[in-house]
Amino acid sequence: MYMSPKICAVLFMVHICVSTISAQIKYKDSTKTSMNMDAVYDRPFLTFDKFPVNLGGYLEANSIYSIEDGLSEGLSFQARRLTLFVSASISKRIKFLTELEFENGTEEIAIEFASMDIALHPLLNLRGGIVLNPIGSFNQNHDGPKWEFVERPDVSTNLLPATFSNAGFGIYGKAYKGDWTLGYEAYLTNGFDTSIINNEEERTFLAAVKENSARFEDNFSGSPLLNGKLAIKHRKIGELGISYMGGAYNRKEIDGLQVDTGSRRVDVLALDLNTTINKTGTGLIGEMAYIWVDVPDTFTQQFGNQQAGFFVDIIQPVLKTKILDWEEAILNLSLRTDYVDYNIGKFAQTNTDIGDDLFALTPALSFRPSPQTVLRINYRYQWQQDILNNPASRTATWYFGISTYF
Amino acid sequence: MSKIAFVFVGLSVFLFCGCENLGPEEPMEFDLLDGPIDGLSISEQKRFLAGDIAFNDDVFTVENGLGPLFVGTSCVSCHSGDGKGHPFNQLIRFGNNDLDLSAMPTIGDGRNQIQNKALPGFEPETVPHGVPFSILVAPAVTGLGLLDAVPDEEIMALADPMDEDGDGISGRPHYNLTPEFTKIRENSVPQGDNYIFRFGKKANSYDLLHQTVGAYNQDIGITSLFDPIDPFSGLEVDPEISTKTLNDVVFYLKTLKAPISRNQMDPDVIAGKELFKSVQCAACHTPTLTTGYSPIKSLSFKEFHPYTDLLLHDMGLGLDDGFTEGNVETSEWRTPPLWGIGLSANSQGGQMFLLHDGRASSIEEAIEMHGGEANNSKARYISLAPEEKSQLIKFINSL
Ligand code: HEC
Ligand code: HEC
Repeated sequence: MYMSPKICAVLFMVHICVSTISAQIKYKDSTKTSMNMDAVYDRPFLTFDKFPVNLGGYLEANSIYSIEDGLSEGLSFQARRLTLFVSASISKRIKFLTELEFENGTEEIAIEFASMDIALHPLLNLRGGIVLNPIGSFNQNHDGPKWEFVERPDVSTNLLPATFSNAGFGIYGKAYKGDWTLGYEAYLTNGFDTSIINNEEERTFLAAVKENSARFEDNFSGSPLLNGKLAIKHRKIGELGISYMGGAYNRKEIDGLQVDTGSRRVDVLALDLNTTINKTGTGLIGEMAYIWVDVPDTFTQQFGNQQAGFFVDIIQPVLKTKILDWEEAILNLSLRTDYVDYNIGKFAQTNTDIGDDLFALTPALSFRPSPQTVLRINYRYQWQQDILNNPASRTATWYFGISTYF
Repeated sequence: MSKIAFVFVGLSVFLFCGCENLGPEEPMEFDLLDGPIDGLSISEQKRFLAGDIAFNDDVFTVENGLGPLFVGTSCVSCHSGDGKGHPFNQLIRFGNNDLDLSAMPTIGDGRNQIQNKALPGFEPETVPHGVPFSILVAPAVTGLGLLDAVPDEEIMALADPMDEDGDGISGRPHYNLTPEFTKIRENSVPQGDNYIFRFGKKANSYDLLHQTVGAYNQDIGITSLFDPIDPFSGLEVDPEISTKTLNDVVFYLKTLKAPISRNQMDPDVIAGKELFKSVQCAACHTPTLTTGYSPIKSLSFKEFHPYTDLLLHDMGLGLDDGFTEGNVETSEWRTPPLWGIGLSANSQGGQMFLLHDGRASSIEEAIEMHGGEANNSKARYISLAPEEKSQLIKFINSL
């Protein structure tokens, strides 16, 4: 197996650190007070006695076998991602965290997160650097080992850009009262570009912006993307979040010359929910998003100006017991529902509904020997309709995967 | 309790072995338009695959040459599943109403198709004021290699420009000048410098290379070695697609299988087939043609059933959009093949958009809109008993 020198170097460093310093894994179960916004820090880290540095990461790998309308490409093994995070307490009230992600081997290497936080007051913290845009909950809380499913939700990857991060600054904070926690985040970051309506997906596709790595140094539209989230959590009930991001995605002028007829916006509204039914232990996680994109009507209707979608995961622990040496192994039975409508509206010529939508059901069986590690079997059945609403193409996919923090 | 772990592992193995049985079944071969003709060699199948990918997967963006003016962003956006298209991606052609007038109202690149969509910041073209135009909905692209391999003589034998047999039907081939890049078919029978054109609604393309080069340029704004003029600026620019890809797409179109007919044993279909002949539909929608020699073995000397004569017919005032194309009169259209028409709704979003502009939403409506040379035939159809009509329609749907 070929591994790039970069990965080797990083792995080697991690190895040295782990083996020379007496390391202890500290996994805090902070599920009671922590919210989605805390997810980047709410991970198992390796901490070292005399160093103010914490290390962590996770790996996701799986096999995949899918059949589309009776035809299969055969069985593949995928090393989807290897993520490394390093956090450091620089001094009192100042901390730093960075997250590096290697996707599909070294095909895509991204700094997902690299920011410095200054804590002024629980209600007011400053954050700057490369930040994860707080839109929905998956974007902030996307670590593989936390989920029972190999695939990321469609709404979070194909409507919203998953692990969408940008250079920017912002503030966040929390207020507590009794069992309640209220959190807010507000950032100004670099934003989208015209690839969202100019891409090989042949549809409005916000995630196309991730291809543009120049977004960390240059804001394509010249005006910032405003991103805010408000979330409320009750210790016993769960968390509810509402988030918004919006800004221009095109550039009207370059060097004082007009290059487009006007400034055009993209606006996104998302709702997320996360709760556990105490009686049965059933977990419910969901997210929905609605997107408005100002697509000029002289452009093709192939690219929609409204999109919507949601996902819901229902997670039922069916067994919690000691298995082999694992004190609290858990077997979960789960179901995910995905729905995405890439193009909401009617054709101008025929006044009939524009298609381009996707629906999928994924039953899953997952085994967690410990909270940080999951082995999962998923079966996903997907119906996808093209823009004209022709008979859906159907795809069934089997996954067997592992994901673990290390 | 370690049993659980074993159960989990065992189940995984079991599911993996049984997984093939839990997938969606393949649609029946006769319900699909995509797929190659039988008997291609391995190297031909490879070329087919390369063309398939270019036709069905290549999406054009600013980066790889789209526009700036265009109509669609990929071949498949108009020819979904190789079937008929939808009016939302319609083409608009315009022109003079008189064959003797050579000057065409010109905009952009001076050709007769407008590019009615534009990248942000550009203005799409509109039909010049007061000029007659047609809306065109994309036809299916199946079985075209067979049509391409029909010798000129066979087409000429079907023609009857002076209506010498007195049946009121006088089809004629479209003769026109071929562009420089065309490779003339062996055994072509020209009239002076003019060759028989056979593709397109007004038969304005000589062969599949001609049609494909034009489609890239005029429909997507993609220039090629053969047609390097950018439709927006009217200037010559670098090719935006490789000649290899272009040839692969042409090969793909040539070797796409013909639609497979269905329900041929149904008594209604059998009765409908007879009616089709007796009410004179077959005088234009010729049931059977044969190919001549083709370098692609699977296409050589084959009998096939496209239900077209590849000839132009005067279809009357109702279907006359008032503009000429090449040497084709305003009221003339090339007989479209009827094969695969029963599958149209599967590619047109559950509805049917028939005739050149999609104005007919059913086969019945399409027949009732026939005029001109087809007047007699239409009258005979209308006078059929309701049961006979439904047999005829059933037959057409079975093609
Ligand atoms: C904007 C929609 C659109 C796009 C994009 C488009 N086509 Fe077409 N196609 C049409 C229409 C409409 C016609 C009928 C045109 C005519 O009468 O000349 C047609 C006709 C054809 C024909 C002739 C079929 C026949 O039976 O005569 C072929 C072959 C073809 N297209 C291939 C292509 C290829 C290859 C591409 C991609 C390079 C393409 N088309 C892109 C709309 C489109
Ligand atoms: C004179 C020649 C002629 C005769 C006779 C004729 N047709 Fe046609 N037919 C055409 C032409 C030309 C068109 C295309 C017209 C257009 O696109 O505007 C056509 C179109 C059609 C269509 C729509 C095809 C499509 O792809 O949109 C159907 C269906 C059809 N004919 C069926 C029939 C039937 C059934 C009969 C007998 C009752 C018949 N035709 C008789 C020439 C003829």
